[in-house]
Amino acid sequence: MVNYYMGIDVGSVSTNIVLIDEENNLVYKRYLRTQGKPLVILQDGIREVAEELGHSNIAGVGTTGSGRYLASVLIGADVVKNEITCHAIAALDYNPETRTVLEIGGQDSKIIIIRDGIVVDFAMNTVCAAGTGSFLDRQALRLGMDISEFGNIALNSKNPVRIAGRCAVFAESDMIHKQQLGHNQEDIVSGLCNALVRNYLSNVAKGKDLQPVILFQGGVAANKGIRKAFEDQLGQKIHVPTHYDVMGAIGAAILSKEVVKDRGESRFKGFDIYKRDYRVSPIDCNGCSNICEILEIREDDKILARYGDKCGKWSL
Amino acid sequence: MIGNYIESIERGADTIVITGSCGPCRFGFYGLMQEDILRGLGYDVDIIVIDALREGHRDFIKNVRKVTKANNIFDIYRSAKLALKLIKRADNLTQKFNYTRAYAVDKDKVNGIMDDYLDKAVKVHGASELIELIDKTEGILSAVKLHKDYDPIKIGIIGEIYTIIEPFANFEVERRLGELGVLVEKSLTPTRWLEQHVINYPFGSKDENLKYKLAKPYLETPVGGHGRETIGSAIHYKNRGYDGAIQILPLNCMPEIVAKSILKNVSRDLDFPIMTLVVDEMTGEAGYVTRLEAFVDLVSKRREKRSIG
Repeated sequence: MVNYYMGIDVGSVSTNIVLIDEENNLVYKRYLRTQGKPLVILQDGIREVAEELGHSNIAGVGTTGSGRYLASVLIGADVVKNEITCHAIAALDYNPETRTVLEIGGQDSKIIIIRDGIVVDFAMNTVCAAGTGSFLDRQALRLGMDISEFGNIALNSKNPVRIAGRCAVFAESDMIHKQQLGHNQEDIVSGLCNALVRNYLSNVAKGKDLQPVILFQGGVAANKGIRKAFEDQLGQKIHVPTHYDVMGAIGAAILSKEVVKDRGESRFKGFDIYKRDYRVSPIDCNGCSNICEILEIREDDKILARYGDKCGKWSL
Repeated sequence: MIGNYIESIERGADTIVITGSCGPCRFGFYGLMQEDILRGLGYDVDIIVIDALREGHRDFIKNVRKVTKANNIFDIYRSAKLALKLIKRADNLTQKFNYTRAYAVDKDKVNGIMDDYLDKAVKVHGASELIELIDKTEGILSAVKLHKDYDPIKIGIIGEIYTIIEPFANFEVERRLGELGVLVEKSLTPTRWLEQHVINYPFGSKDENLKYKLAKPYLETPVGGHGRETIGSAIHYKNRGYDGAIQILPLNCMPEIVAKSILKNVSRDLDFPIMTLVVDEMTGEAGYVTRLEAFVDLVSKRREKRSIG
């Protein structure tokens, strides 16, 4: 039987599942919308993997993304790793010469600076989502176009308009203003791409030394308009890895391979997990003034995990 | 801070003591504004703002008298000495927790001992019972099984004093890092503050003065709050062989924003990883935990690499 390693990235917008082989080649990838229901979507995803590759042996599982602990409880992960490390590992696997990783996802964006194969600096967007995919999604909706068309339309522009990109709310009103003036749609779209990149470079990437090779990962890397805006503003070539949209999951899978090698066996609970009944119930603890929101996850009637408490009295 | 006050008032406190300042930071306003807010909420407590000694001896002594209810200078001296002892013991115990947690085989056990201690600490009465509790807790901590020959990553927590000592404000950064096996130390504690501003007045403590000196090439004058201390502390941690530093920045704190921009240069010049964590009222901890974990990964990889090559 062939050995595969599974990587799962549970993000705010998408949940990605990948399988890689011993040589880190991608053999399966699935990109699902999280839709605020990570557990259900994850079970769906696992069912799909089982239907297609249920006969194969999963030798290791790694989880990442903001839902990594939840996913780990459900699936029995061998390694639970933060997104920064996972993205860096996948980037280095794609190109060992990588020195800068730009990552823009649904609700957050990051920059990772790598020198000689190790992460030396990183940053994530703080309290603003103006430089992320959700922002583009919303504006595409307003312009009445499909987000997958967005990038191509931007490339047709000859005269991008200048749109204030500092804040999503202001960018929107600025954009409406430009529409009312009668600018072409492609110029506005291109202007939006430039605004997003400007925002990213002056917030997330502020003060960082962006040296080549530069990789661009995350869902937004599909957008050719953004890619071009980066190339124009940085004056550097931007590389987009083949599986740009699932790099976090690939990194987690690679890590799980290393961990299992040391430990000898995987903690994977098997493909059956999609058949079981999982329930999440919130508990408001009134034990003290912190008033923690505790989440309890049950598998059938067994309590799998509880978390969210500051003091640990709800932990199992 | 208002939350801290209300908590204490509900537990029976009738007087609130806050330090004041006429420095360039807006902190000097806090006492008066908080008094106004508390009155508005209907809390009837005595609020005493103690300004720094250099801003007037007479008021200082008057306020101290009010706080300590002492009539002669010897009583004041005795109360101050006792208070200082308690603060020192409590700070030392917190650091012992940090140390033990980093080395402990079972980190949850350490957390349990700490929760138990904090729970009991609010219930004991008087100084001697508190000291007894601290003695007992130290004993229990010493018995926790530790990893021998473990060489933990060492990270200094730097920033404005209140944010770094209040676990609720900084998302329990000490505990979280300790659970990852990191040895943590805070650059400022109540003990250190008192050593600098009261005990060794007007000369300042050796450690804090050293920080000013270290910060000098980057920042010559005070910028209010603990901006200058933050920079000096970062360099001090580097000199003491720490692997990295984390700055806790309360959103819109001016002195720390100044420090943040300067820390970039410190980090580059000294080849010393420094991360800034911005804290505000957002309670979503996911992004915060991700950054901490990624920073610990970064620091340990650097160390691995140095030991090989």
